[in-house]
Amino acid sequence: MKKYIIQSIRLTLVLLVLLCVVYPVSVALISKMSKGKGGGEKITKNGKTVGYALLGQSFTKPQYFWGRPSAVAYNAAGSAGSNKGPSNPDYLKEVQSRIDTLLKYNPGIKKSDIPADMVTASGSGLDPNISEQGAAIQIRRVAAARKIDVKKVKELVAMNTLKPFMGVFGPSSVNVLKLNLALDELN
Amino acid sequence: MNTELTGIIATFLLTMVIAIPLGKYLAKVFAGEKVWTDFLKPLETGIYKLSGINVKEQMNWKQQLKALLTINVVWLVYGFFVLIFQNKLPFNPDGNPGMTPDLAFNTIISFVANCNLQHYSGESGVSYLTQQYVLMFLQFVSAATGIAAAVVFFKAFRDKTATELGNFWEFFVKSITRLLLPLSFVMALILSFNGTPASYEGKDQFISLQGDTVHVSRGPAAQMIAIKHLGTNGGGYFGANSAHPFENPSYFTNMVELIAQVIIPVAMVIAFGYFIRRKKLAWTIFGVMTIGLFMLLIPMLSSELAGNPALAKMGISQGTGAMEGKEVRFGPAASAYWATVTTIISTGSVNSMHDSSMSMSGTWQLLGMMINSFYGGCGVGLLNYFIYLVVAVFISGLMVGRTPEFLGHKVEAREIKIAAIITLLSPFLILAGTAVASYIFTNYGNAAWAVQPKNWLNNPGFHGFSEMLYEMTSSNANNGSGFEGLGDNNMFWNLSTGIVIFLGRFLPIIGPVAIAGLLGAKKFIPESAGTLKTDTKTFALMTFAVILVLNALSYFPALALGPLAEYFTH
Repeated sequence: MKKYIIQSIRLTLVLLVLLCVVYPVSVALISKMSKGKGGGEKITKNGKTVGYALLGQSFTKPQYFWGRPSAVAYNAAGSAGSNKGPSNPDYLKEVQSRIDTLLKYNPGIKKSDIPADMVTASGSGLDPNISEQGAAIQIRRVAAARKIDVKKVKELVAMNTLKPFMGVFGPSSVNVLKLNLALDELN
Repeated sequence: MNTELTGIIATFLLTMVIAIPLGKYLAKVFAGEKVWTDFLKPLETGIYKLSGINVKEQMNWKQQLKALLTINVVWLVYGFFVLIFQNKLPFNPDGNPGMTPDLAFNTIISFVANCNLQHYSGESGVSYLTQQYVLMFLQFVSAATGIAAAVVFFKAFRDKTATELGNFWEFFVKSITRLLLPLSFVMALILSFNGTPASYEGKDQFISLQGDTVHVSRGPAAQMIAIKHLGTNGGGYFGANSAHPFENPSYFTNMVELIAQVIIPVAMVIAFGYFIRRKKLAWTIFGVMTIGLFMLLIPMLSSELAGNPALAKMGISQGTGAMEGKEVRFGPAASAYWATVTTIISTGSVNSMHDSSMSMSGTWQLLGMMINSFYGGCGVGLLNYFIYLVVAVFISGLMVGRTPEFLGHKVEAREIKIAAIITLLSPFLILAGTAVASYIFTNYGNAAWAVQPKNWLNNPGFHGFSEMLYEMTSSNANNGSGFEGLGDNNMFWNLSTGIVIFLGRFLPIIGPVAIAGLLGAKKFIPESAGTLKTDTKTFALMTFAVILVLNALSYFPALALGPLAEYFTH
């Protein structure tokens, strides 16, 4: 028994060096060669960081495309979903009010145009994307708020749409932050 | 065909393309045959030397278990104190506080046991030191513990009669050097080059396009996410686990993480067959497990793709399916596939929030964890399956009126008793645990805990009950996922799930290893015309029936009160 205890302690110490120093530090060093240099890829505008490519942001102004509802208000100090069950009455009321808000601010759209992702919170609360349909229902509002041609906005949406992986795997999506940056650059 | 479906079909096929050769490779590694990774031998020799281990020393099954339990106790003690004092230790750039003793108790058991139930949030609850030197460390060694225990079990059946079952330390170290570490290294690099942070920088801050100040938690996440999947641990670096865009940046990384968590459990089944030179048996087991996977996956897919009926009534479009708690870049199909594999395989990482899954999906997730052996966790999945096998052998033996045998060894009263105890343990822990929780919730709502019992549940009615049932089931299965709406960081949940995890981990390792050790030591009886063959389709069907009947009898009433009731009332 005593032999096993001593062997266990020594083996633990040796493995701590291998698994917690050698392994992670070498990965961290190699990751310096990646796009984000191992700290997450940043997006800069006029030399200032305005966001991270992978993290969604809160957009509420009419001239920006809006992202999905978030349980953490897009504050990336934390992350969480709403954890509301599918039949929770409070939750269903909340969804209804999100539908009403979208209908109010996007004149001309029908209820049946609204895709589920625009009225439901994401798993992380930091989802950077919306569906193509989620962008489509906002095009007229954004164009009107910015007083630009609807066609131009449509073009930008198409340019910022990410096709399925290798064209055949998974859904397509629109990155809201990149789309909004592209809009800002127009003006 | 719909691109979401092609995505999961491709993921499944790629998994098998990698897992099957990996299984053959593992059989050779543990048999000590020549493999291409033998260049790592000097590293292993170095580790043995520094630890004072002589791998030539043979151990019987009792000594194997002693070694296994001893080193696990060392980790429990070491980790507990680091968690409590993490605020006073270095490597804490965000200044996170030390854990309360009850939370530390829960967390350390959870990670030692390969469960990774998390009652804290990675961003605010632990330091970088804890993340790497305790949690990630345990993700490696707990997976290796499970694999090593499975290899001991392999050893018992390789030769006709065996009492010397090899050296535990050798199996354990090789699991790391020949399997977990190299794969993790490759995977961590794939993740970091696709956007996952991997460096040691602390929190960042920026001003968003609309002018809000936003804080961003970062840190060495890629390294941990790699092993959390390969080792079927599941404990995330960030609170939202693999739904977080940093942990799982794209559909491609999602495929990588899905493949990573399934390959070792599948490979272990294949390795078993090649190791004991009974390939047909391995393929039979693989067949039962894979059919089990599809029987849970298909109904889950259909309910998630159909969307939430309550939202459909409101008149919106759910073109691709239910989206609450899911990420746009994965979509409902890949989320449902993930929810299936993460529950049958005891990974417990999530890329969508299970609490918000459709009510029937909750049934399939719970059932996956209750059965806990369709592939199952690293090494331990096969051990769980072995218990079902022994029960099936026993029942078949009774049906045909012969002494039950498994691989040429008589299965007698002692082995059956152990198998019966292990079989009864899961329903006891899950149902008694949930019953106690429900009792406290209804009768002691105002108890002065960090989260008062009346505020435990995030959802009313049947779904609230499901949250408690899920927590206990996940703990017993050493899964670690949760219906995360549950207010679980308080004295009751920390202690109760800690105990359930501990028993649900170590007894189901001790039991099967003991049975295998006892059987292996018995005289070998050559096969005759009267032998019950365990590698036939008939016997596979028998095992499947045993799994279904045992679990249906144990859990149907609880499922009926939770997700099934929710489904039928809405």
